[in-house]
Amino acid sequence: MSNAIAQQRGLAAAIWDYMTTVDHKKIAHLYLVSGGLFFLIGGLEAMIIRIQLMKPDNDFISAGLYNEMITMHGTTMIFLAAMPIIFALMNAVVPLQIGARDVAFPFLNSLGFWLFLFGGLLLNVSWFTGGAPDAGWTNYAPLSTTSPGHGIDYYVMGLQISGAGTLIGGINFLVTIINMRAPGMTYMRMPLFTWTSFITSTLILFAFPALTVGLFLMMFDRMFGSAFFDVTAGGNEIIWEHLFWIFGHPEVYILILPLFGAFSDIISTFSKKRLFGYSAMVFATVLIGFLGFMVWAHHMFTVGLGPIANSIFAVSTMAIAVPTGIKIFNWLFTMWGGSIKMSAAMLWTVAFIPSFTIGGMTGVMLASAAADYQYHDTYFVVGHFHYVIVGGVVFGIFAALHYWWPKMFGKVLNEKLGHWAFWPFFIGFHLTFFIQHFLGLMGMPRRYWTYFEGQSLATGNMISTVGAFFMALGTLIFLYNVVYTAIKEPRASADPWDGRTLEWSIPSTPPFYNFKQTPLVRGLDPLWIEKMEGRKGITPAEPLGDIHMPNGSILPFLMSFGLFIAGFGFIYQVDHNAWFIAVAVGMGLTLGSMLTRSLKDDLGYHIHKEDLIEKGEGKE
Amino acid sequence: MSQEDILNPKQMPSDPEKATPEGKNKFVGFWMFLGGETVLFASLFGTYLALVRSTSGENTPENLFGLELVFIMTMLLLTSSLTSVYAMYHMKNNDFKKMQLWLGITVVLGLGFLGCEIYEFYHYIHEYGFTFRSSAFGSAFYTLVGFHGGHVVFGLSWFIALMLRNRKRGLNLYNAPKYYIASLYWHFIDVVWVFIFTVVYLLGKVG
Amino acid sequence: MIGLMGKLRPVFIFSVLALFLAGCGEENLSALKPKGYGAELLLDLMMISIAIMLFVFVIVMAIYTFVLIRYRRKKGEEDFIPKQTEGNKSLEIIWTVIPILLLLILAVPTVQATFDLADEQPRSEDGSITIEVTGNQYWWHFNYPDQEVSTSQDLYIPTGERVYLDMTSSDVIHSFWVPSIAGKMDTNPGGNENTMYLEAYEEGVYWGHCAELCGPSHSLMDFRVVAVSSEEYDQWISDMQNIDAEATPETASAQDGKAAFENSCMGCHAIGNSPAGVGPNLSNFGNRTKIAGILDYNKENLVDWIMNPDEIKPGNKMQGYNVSEEEAQQIADYLMQLDHTEVTPETVSNSSGEE
Repeated sequence: MSNAIAQQRGLAAAIWDYMTTVDHKKIAHLYLVSGGLFFLIGGLEAMIIRIQLMKPDNDFISAGLYNEMITMHGTTMIFLAAMPIIFALMNAVVPLQIGARDVAFPFLNSLGFWLFLFGGLLLNVSWFTGGAPDAGWTNYAPLSTTSPGHGIDYYVMGLQISGAGTLIGGINFLVTIINMRAPGMTYMRMPLFTWTSFITSTLILFAFPALTVGLFLMMFDRMFGSAFFDVTAGGNEIIWEHLFWIFGHPEVYILILPLFGAFSDIISTFSKKRLFGYSAMVFATVLIGFLGFMVWAHHMFTVGLGPIANSIFAVSTMAIAVPTGIKIFNWLFTMWGGSIKMSAAMLWTVAFIPSFTIGGMTGVMLASAAADYQYHDTYFVVGHFHYVIVGGVVFGIFAALHYWWPKMFGKVLNEKLGHWAFWPFFIGFHLTFFIQHFLGLMGMPRRYWTYFEGQSLATGNMISTVGAFFMALGTLIFLYNVVYTAIKEPRASADPWDGRTLEWSIPSTPPFYNFKQTPLVRGLDPLWIEKMEGRKGITPAEPLGDIHMPNGSILPFLMSFGLFIAGFGFIYQVDHNAWFIAVAVGMGLTLGSMLTRSLKDDLGYHIHKEDLIEKGEGKE
Repeated sequence: MSQEDILNPKQMPSDPEKATPEGKNKFVGFWMFLGGETVLFASLFGTYLALVRSTSGENTPENLFGLELVFIMTMLLLTSSLTSVYAMYHMKNNDFKKMQLWLGITVVLGLGFLGCEIYEFYHYIHEYGFTFRSSAFGSAFYTLVGFHGGHVVFGLSWFIALMLRNRKRGLNLYNAPKYYIASLYWHFIDVVWVFIFTVVYLLGKVG
Repeated sequence: MIGLMGKLRPVFIFSVLALFLAGCGEENLSALKPKGYGAELLLDLMMISIAIMLFVFVIVMAIYTFVLIRYRRKKGEEDFIPKQTEGNKSLEIIWTVIPILLLLILAVPTVQATFDLADEQPRSEDGSITIEVTGNQYWWHFNYPDQEVSTSQDLYIPTGERVYLDMTSSDVIHSFWVPSIAGKMDTNPGGNENTMYLEAYEEGVYWGHCAELCGPSHSLMDFRVVAVSSEEYDQWISDMQNIDAEATPETASAQDGKAAFENSCMGCHAIGNSPAGVGPNLSNFGNRTKIAGILDYNKENLVDWIMNPDEIKPGNKMQGYNVSEEEAQQIADYLMQLDHTEVTPETVSNSSGEE
């Protein structure tokens, strides 16, 4: 009995700890768990879509519900699954890779997470309150502005809140990487994952405000009677498309770049070789990020921008293939002459190369503006972006999770189960999406609820659905592996992979202050350098001293919760003015918390060096 | 650096806003934030330019805008930017009283600007029936200028909160970065207004 | 470009079409079986890009396979430390420059084709046909302004010449796509009007789709393009111009149907050459091959459609007009006898589904 109470208290304390934490490693856990849950929800939606398309003239779900499924599948996977899992990795790894004790803004880091979570929850509440958004994840006006019910309102408010969280997270990582690097960690010694996180954060900073504005305009049109996209009052629906894609195209690089970095680190580690052409890789990343802002209109070739604009955007889009190609070849030549160990992380990485190459090639095909008149909005496009997003981002997430799992959770994921999860997912992935290129060219537009007998589309769709089940199986095995590892596997050593970068120089999992002494970085792959010179650990850059740490706070949670409440108020005030009370209460909570944060001194605390010596590194 | 050193420094350095690691982070981070804000306003300007001709009836930019008022507003805001520079100058000289004084003047000028803007909107709505909902131009105008106005409100509240919070304890290494980035924010608002003045009002009147 | 590609096509057919297998899809639907100028131009462009891409892919895969086999860690090699190569400038230059060259090879025909498909020079010449296309939830309206002819759902065009489409939408964004004749173009509401042209090589009935998500019945917004010889086209135009909307049907049931139609349906649906209404123009309903763009053409389906429109096309605007089953039967009889022209999809030599 008393034991049960103690356990309960332990659980409550743990929950409170996570609700108030500003430790980047715990925030990484929060991001991963919530992103993982949304990934499963998005996957379930995908399975329902594939079951509906299994055979011609199917009516497994209704046409209206189908549109809600595709909208929520896309929105969930991009904003609520891929983004947070990437933030989980960045949080878990970047400060360790640059030898920092924390991120630049621990409080904002926590705020970013809670904003994302409450935004995501708000969006998904729509399922239970009369219908989810149904205008596609791109949410084109005027379909979205005229969509009945409140589904689109949830889209607007949910993404606005979680988008703010993402923007905050991006700024945090920019400053962390600029200001918090350990002595000797020059820019050109940063591991590739840190570099790509840096570029991704830059893209977030400059891309998300365009979405913010788009969502505001959409919100004003739907809730307050403005006329931005209302052609009868002189509005112009194309503005939404521009704003959405000015954000939306950099967004796909925001997703893929950090995983390019992860692949680079993984390939280098498991080939036991320094990354081939490091500076070319960095340059290619920067170039991709830069060009990413110049190509948004290639999503709009059929909108009628005219041949001049279409040609310019076609050529600039093709240009992106060059730095991407540089990366592919440098990866191959990193492995060349190496000693390749086919661990689960490496397996996902090796599978990524041909999959992503295919995705990149169909990307170049799509860049060909005129040819896009055939591809656009067909299953060819669906095939293409799943090849880059699943074959790149999801493969990358699996690879990175296998690689950094010991650093995040202290145990190495079971390798055998890792291989078992890989194969069905890999085979299923190609079964599902390769055939979709052909379906598109054979005349199947995307977002089609059904197709008819006699259109020769049945076989391809059946194959695609079968593939989706294989992918689901692979995901389930991975989940089983997570549970199995937590129960059965022994604790991991500090450096289970014979790593090369700083994160492997500290215990798995690291103490909450990461580095007892700030490390001195003497070159690229600092840990490898020390190992080659016969030393065990990294040379410290400073004598043992007091460590300054930030205080935890519940305020980020409260600020985000306030916006969550206010979100409902904004959504429903069109039905009844009384809902403005919810707006007032929610905004009051948020602004009140902000004011508290601003006025109350919070200087953190110090761990004294005596405590560091006494308790050693095992302290958690 | 101990808490004591931060809250009651024995000697104020010449750039107290960047003397602590936290201050440095705030400094860089806020510049980044302003980069994002730039994209936000760029998007709003783009939208405005796309819809500026989508007027209804007589309520065109030429008929609505009166440059006299807008000129006064511009002068108020530009001057307030200058006074906030004075405030920061006194911060670097560790002269807390003068800093508060100049910030106070900044706030008064900002409030003057805000009053003019409210009057302007009121005037458009009541004299011309020109509202947020009358046309796409109306939506775009009030959104762009209103977003700027919202920034002014936020900036003023920020200054006031800082001034009240610290009025008794003076300057230290903990609040100096806060003052500094608040004044950066104020400059940014000023720069955005210069663009609004040019693109919305001047071009609207002559174009 | 067509000429050059025409000569090269057999090469591609053997290297690439092996991949495409029989999977070219349905005749008159698939973009891989072009029956018109645009579709053929674009298929050629696709072939160029596929050829270039396959070339790159083969190289990547060759290196990839070699590396993975040759450099896989073997037993006893656990302690082997490979040489830590920093990189290689010449290699970096090679894999930067060669892709740029390959992309230039693709960029040139891309730009050419993009301008070619936007070319409206020939339009100024006399006699070129202009058709106004309007997308609606969930049907298509086609107006021939010069001929003062209106029709919906079935677009009649002559073969062997360019027909220019001025495209717009009455509600949300749609996209007009006839894969086997040309690429697609969005129909936007408001002032963003688009143009494109169709040039069908052969007579036939071609599938058209809406390709931009436009609501629940997006996938049910099909239409047909009926390409006929220019003589037949002229015949069709003159037949359509001479439709007598007031003509009394032959059978009694159809006569009652006409009355019921005028009572319940006229508010939205036009017979004769009026501009786009709330619902499709039904002047030549008797010549349609599909009901509502999707159902097989028979009376049973038509009655069903009149009675339960929302079950068949969810979210469409034809709802709540509660005509009785008997009235629906009569209206069906009336509509199905509205065939005022000799030129119908059946008379087209190569109709859809005829393999």
